Amino acid sequence: MQPFKYTRAADAGGAVAAVFGNRETKFIAGGTNLLDLMKEGVENPAALVDVTRLNLAQIRSTSSGISIGAVAKNTDTANHPLVRRDYPLLTQAIAAGASAQIRNMATNGGNLMQRTRCSYFYDVSTPCNKREPGSGCGAMEGINRTHAIFGWSDKCIAVHPSDMAVALAALNASVSVQGKDGKTRVIAFADFHRLPGDTPEKDNTLEHGELITSIEIPKNSFNHSYYLKVRDRASYAFALVSVAAAMETKGGVINGEPRIAMGGVAHKPWRALAAEKYLAGKKASEENFTAAADAEMKQAKPLEHNKFKVELGKRAIVHALMRANGMA
Amino acid sequence: MGKELESEPVLTEEEAFLAREGEVSTTPSAEAAATRPNQGGELNEMSTTVVTEAAATPPNQGGELLVEPIDYQYIAPCMDPREDHYIPPYAGPGEVSGELGAGSSDAVAEEQMSSDEERLLDELGVFGESRRKFLGQSAAVGLGALALQVIAEEKAFGFTDAEILAREPAALENAVTVALKVNGASKSLEVDSRMTLLDAVRERLGLTGSKKGCDHGQCGACTMIVDGRRVLSCLTLAAQCEGRDVTTIEGLAKGEALHPMQAAFIKHDGFQCGFCTPGQICSAVALMQEAKNGEVSYVTADVRQKTGAITLSDEEIRERMSGNLCRCGAYPNIAAAIKEVHTGKATDAVAGMIIEEVKHAAV
Repeated sequence: MQPFKYTRAADAGGAVAAVFGNRETKFIAGGTNLLDLMKEGVENPAALVDVTRLNLAQIRSTSSGISIGAVAKNTDTANHPLVRRDYPLLTQAIAAGASAQIRNMATNGGNLMQRTRCSYFYDVSTPCNKREPGSGCGAMEGINRTHAIFGWSDKCIAVHPSDMAVALAALNASVSVQGKDGKTRVIAFADFHRLPGDTPEKDNTLEHGELITSIEIPKNSFNHSYYLKVRDRASYAFALVSVAAAMETKGGVINGEPRIAMGGVAHKPWRALAAEKYLAGKKASEENFTAAADAEMKQAKPLEHNKFKVELGKRAIVHALMRANGMA
Repeated sequence: MGKELESEPVLTEEEAFLAREGEVSTTPSAEAAATRPNQGGELNEMSTTVVTEAAATPPNQGGELLVEPIDYQYIAPCMDPREDHYIPPYAGPGEVSGELGAGSSDAVAEEQMSSDEERLLDELGVFGESRRKFLGQSAAVGLGALALQVIAEEKAFGFTDAEILAREPAALENAVTVALKVNGASKSLEVDSRMTLLDAVRERLGLTGSKKGCDHGQCGACTMIVDGRRVLSCLTLAAQCEGRDVTTIEGLAKGEALHPMQAAFIKHDGFQCGFCTPGQICSAVALMQEAKNGEVSYVTADVRQKTGAITLSDEEIRERMSGNLCRCGAYPNIAAAIKEVHTGKATDAVAGMIIEEVKHAAV
């Protein structure tokens, strides 16, 4: 690991100032991903600013919903009474990720900032446009079983690893960030993570030095939700495909637009908008769920080794919707 | 085959083995015969029964072949920061051995030990009553020689303050001073900013119980309890631990008594090579508190349902322990050990199911 200077930030303004001035400086919170990447030589910051002690760990209800502090731990967020009661989808998604030890360390802001687990990104001996822009993509012609089926580019086919972010996408959350002028900028969740395009080195739309301060989730009237995660082993593995589903039904009919987001299929949490559109106002039935899943998955563009994700994704959407509605 | 089945009394393979070893009478009890299905040498609860009987009729003296009931009231000193911690003496091996033989009543038990075992218990600092209890448990459940040897490699107590100071590097490019508590003892260290909590505890404090498995957060062998929460010490910078309260495997025993989880792992043979064990045990100890807190997991049926303390199903234990890998595959025994401590009832090692209330209570 490359030597780095470590400082502990006293307040958010100081933390932003310390990072903004230097491209080689990064924030560190739980460190569960960053430290690993530093050991691998993927990330080589010259300085780290520890934000874990900032006063950004509150979870509180607001007039519009709930606000979740950026440095609140994943465990504390998932188990918070307000989250469990009003956003059980988020609780489930967090609990589906990583292990108890890692959830105890990982923060909410850090969860959104974690980087892809693409093995070519991790292996510094292989080309990777995300790690080293312009070097090429090892996965494109390599083993791409775990890679994207939606929204990839010829520069990058990596997927975003977070479960929590998939639920936040379905819940129409937004991300509050503090910039160098001390002002808060609010980024809609759909605009926070990005597709790779020609610049896969950028995972999200944050500017260097901007600090996530909280995540806001609006109120909802969902009476059915479920987070389904399908992986190679029963627990403690990244998703091959995951589905966050939430909806309100009245008399067995879907009221308004349901929300469906997918993990493990794209460079960002993937909102299944075609499936959502199909289901709006329809009866909550297996037949309709299947048709909605078909509508979404027919847009998929699988790679050489991940064609299975198309059928898996279809079945996962149907199963998640069935589970959400107590029909499976 | 048929002839063998007819011959009476019939011994299972285990009974036959134990008989050869002089551990049990060659006459199986009526109870044992009644519960015996159709031979096949299956490893079922029979083994527990046999051991129990062996202890009930003091076999070859000592009378110490007992599986002591575990004190389930005592769960974790680390969970309540206000509770007094057991503070390890941080004595060097020489000082520890100076206390050897303090209790002459140990003589009988010690006579049966190999020199390796003696060394192990010396280094573990297990004396007096605990020493006999430990021996009893080891013998009764068959703590493997390999496991003993592996544990013997480890020192139970870390460096003295003088030794810690002597190990301080002369010059560090990015030095960070960290004051923290480890197993109840306040420590101040100057570390390289890159040093992980795991390396600091192992290399600088001399507490080598916590293991470096993958060093990448994938195996759980390095699990420690920090401020009451289980974490991966390989992905924690020591520099980030200012003011933290750290408990490692060395800090779980209370005085001379093993932590119930440690005792249960030994009783249930919850390991083979033992490398993942310190992490497994720290993880399991923290899990007991998480269950008391009513925390959710991915397999929780309805997270909206507000609960107090929860009783963990086998499925819940497996899901919640998934961050600790065991390449020997001792999972059924690990799960059984955890379930026994969690429920306070003796469990069957194979299925992890609760069997008849504390068979060894009859001892």
